[in-house]
Amino acid sequence: MDPTEIFRQEASELFETLEGALLDLGLRPDDRELVDSAFRALHTIKGSGAMFGFDKVAAFTHEFETAFELVRKGEIKPTQELIAVALAAKDYIRALIEAPDSADPIIGDAILDDLKRFVSPLGPVLPAEPGVETPVVSESRPAGWQLRLEFESHILRNGSNPLDLLDDLCKLGPCFVVPLTDGVPLLDELEPEDCYLKWDVTLHSGCDKAAIDDVFMFVQDEMKLTLVPLAQVERAAPALAMPVAEVEPAAPPAPAPAAAVSPAAAEPSTPPERKREEPKRAEERGIATVRVQAERLDELMDRVGELVIAQARLSQLAAAGSDLSIKMIAEEIERLAASLRDTTMGARMVPIGSLFGRFRRLVHDLSRDLGKPVEFVTSGEDTELDKTMIECLADPLVHLIRNAIDHGIEDSETRATAGKTEKGRIELQAIHSGAQVLVTVRDNGGGLNTARIRAKAEEQGLIAPGAAMSDHEIHQFLFHPGFSTAQTISALSGRGVGMDVVKRTIENMRGSIDLSTKAGEGTCVTLRLPLTLAIIEGLLIRVGEGRYIIPLPAVEECVELTAEDERSRGRNFLNVRGNLVPFLRLREILDVSGSPGQHQKTIIISTGETRVGLVADQIIGNHQTVIKSLSKLHSDVTIFSGATILGDGSAALILDVVQLVGLAQLRAEKQQMNEAA
Amino acid sequence: MAADRQQGTETVQDGSMQVVMIGLGGEKFALDAGLVREIIDPVPATKVAGARSFVPSVINVRGNVIPLADLRIRFGMPQTEDSADTRIVVIEVGIDNEPVLLGVTADKVYEVTEISRTDVQQTPRVGMHWKPEFIRFITKWREEFVIVPNMERILN
Repeated sequence: MDPTEIFRQEASELFETLEGALLDLGLRPDDRELVDSAFRALHTIKGSGAMFGFDKVAAFTHEFETAFELVRKGEIKPTQELIAVALAAKDYIRALIEAPDSADPIIGDAILDDLKRFVSPLGPVLPAEPGVETPVVSESRPAGWQLRLEFESHILRNGSNPLDLLDDLCKLGPCFVVPLTDGVPLLDELEPEDCYLKWDVTLHSGCDKAAIDDVFMFVQDEMKLTLVPLAQVERAAPALAMPVAEVEPAAPPAPAPAAAVSPAAAEPSTPPERKREEPKRAEERGIATVRVQAERLDELMDRVGELVIAQARLSQLAAAGSDLSIKMIAEEIERLAASLRDTTMGARMVPIGSLFGRFRRLVHDLSRDLGKPVEFVTSGEDTELDKTMIECLADPLVHLIRNAIDHGIEDSETRATAGKTEKGRIELQAIHSGAQVLVTVRDNGGGLNTARIRAKAEEQGLIAPGAAMSDHEIHQFLFHPGFSTAQTISALSGRGVGMDVVKRTIENMRGSIDLSTKAGEGTCVTLRLPLTLAIIEGLLIRVGEGRYIIPLPAVEECVELTAEDERSRGRNFLNVRGNLVPFLRLREILDVSGSPGQHQKTIIISTGETRVGLVADQIIGNHQTVIKSLSKLHSDVTIFSGATILGDGSAALILDVVQLVGLAQLRAEKQQMNEAA
Repeated sequence: MAADRQQGTETVQDGSMQVVMIGLGGEKFALDAGLVREIIDPVPATKVAGARSFVPSVINVRGNVIPLADLRIRFGMPQTEDSADTRIVVIEVGIDNEPVLLGVTADKVYEVTEISRTDVQQTPRVGMHWKPEFIRFITKWREEFVIVPNMERILN
């Protein structure tokens, strides 16, 4: 891959981090972690930008960084205005990277001026103030520093090497390093991958605190750094220095110290060249990722799909034959194929949080533009979805969130009259529910105006005036193309394009969309999405001559259809441990003629709250189902969500459980209407 | 791959056209060779309940599940049992600007040949019980009339 491309990708991730940190900073201005994380992102962008020849980026980021430095030192507070400018600066850097020609340097200068303006009024005042954090800052250069380094025990596993950091420290000036071995356990309990050592370092250097902080910038989350200026130590408290001297020779409690100390002893001879790459490595260890092109992952998935199909054929052959050794190999391959499948699927799964992060900026900007203060709460960021689905979800969610802010949340006065908090609230949530992931966008605004939607629908001639309709049915008009009730068209919404697109996008992903609302309390839009688009565990069943797949996660249990249930044509209910479960005869739905034979089985499936039984002729067994989408020519058939290829090479159709349940409900309603009539 | 080889682009300057000649219900159809991906022996088809009658089933072709179309239904011809000559012609057709792979059952595949546009006959308005929109044109090949179907229209 083109190295510049790698830089662009890396930068775009860093921008996400930076943006997230800046936005969080707006909420929690005192959180030092956030400042540091923003600063780290900036620093890396600057560094790699320069490395890949993005000189403008490096220069601008440097200015930005310099301005931000004061925030990092805690000398100025990150105000909302400052964050707004910082966000603009971030956007400008992004423009510099993505479209260097179109980024106007004048804009950049203006942003920098703004930044400097926010930063400078306090800047000059500062030296006059006595040091804020440590008394040291304002003192004239100390003779040196006494440091105590305590790393968290897992630091080595993350690829950070404390010795490299010590090397860096040595570059600042002459160091006297003493390892503290009192934390080293007995050999039996010693975890070779843990770091038990602590270090006391006496640094004879006139450098300032920031220089030392810089050395540990990338590991500061995982260590405790105690810093005392040297003069002070000598004068006031030998307490820190003394135990050092005592501990080292007097406490060899463990049989291991010799081994444990040796790396520390070897420290001075460690070649210092390694230190350059250290900070980067340390920073990346949190994610420890390898960048892979999306197409390659797709290709891998296809290959695994073919492998799974070939394996199914092998298993079938082996089961039919009598050769034991072949059977063993077939089983082995089955196991391997299944784990390969899971791994590959896992590689395609992305936590939805990466998507949620993007919306915070959207909410921030919208809330500012519309003058509606909005609190944005997300949960379930860890919920994983197939990466293709995440990509497809972005646009629909942008739409729903815009709608929620623009139409859902009322303006401050209305909220005040209604006795609500001034700040509106938008919740974005993702949770697992069976074989599905539910993504909800909930606002605590005014709710849908059912009467107005109805009036609009009547006006557009979609329904006859006065027709009897449930609220739920009326709300469905929102998904009608070209339908908008917004009285004024704002820059954001009201043009009536959108909700229909949202619905179509979700349905293309084999998902569905639900709307619920309560007047005065808000609206909640729920997207139900399948976990993955590629491979699922399925239950293979037979109906007549045809074989079908039911997604296994939807299956609750399988029960025999008793002769009594079978005979009865009047009721289509099963008695499952005292609960009534309606059932559908797949033979009727799938249009199969002939006699079903004895021992029909009922597969109880559930979709959230509804349980339905499906009557099949036979249950064949589990099947690794590689989902192949159905062609456009079959897009009118809704009861199948796709097809797969069976061991014998023939195609089998995958039943769409949600559609089947919908069908069952429709039939039940019809039946009730017939009974009523 | 598909978009640049749409129907008709195989037509050469002098008006001749590469086609795959197939037999269907006693008639000869000429499929634009540019549409044809491969010709395979019949494979077991899986019925799709609720699908439109001219695409009643799906088949597995090299790991892809594709629809199997029956042109005989579109042309009102009687269904016949598969014979030793029956083949499936896999073609790629643009539907709503997207390339779609599908199989077409043929009673017999004759040969890949060239037909000339100079022999094009005006599609008669009377004396034909097929929908005129399904037919691009009718031409002559070895003193026989052959139909050049309009696959996009037939499948929509």
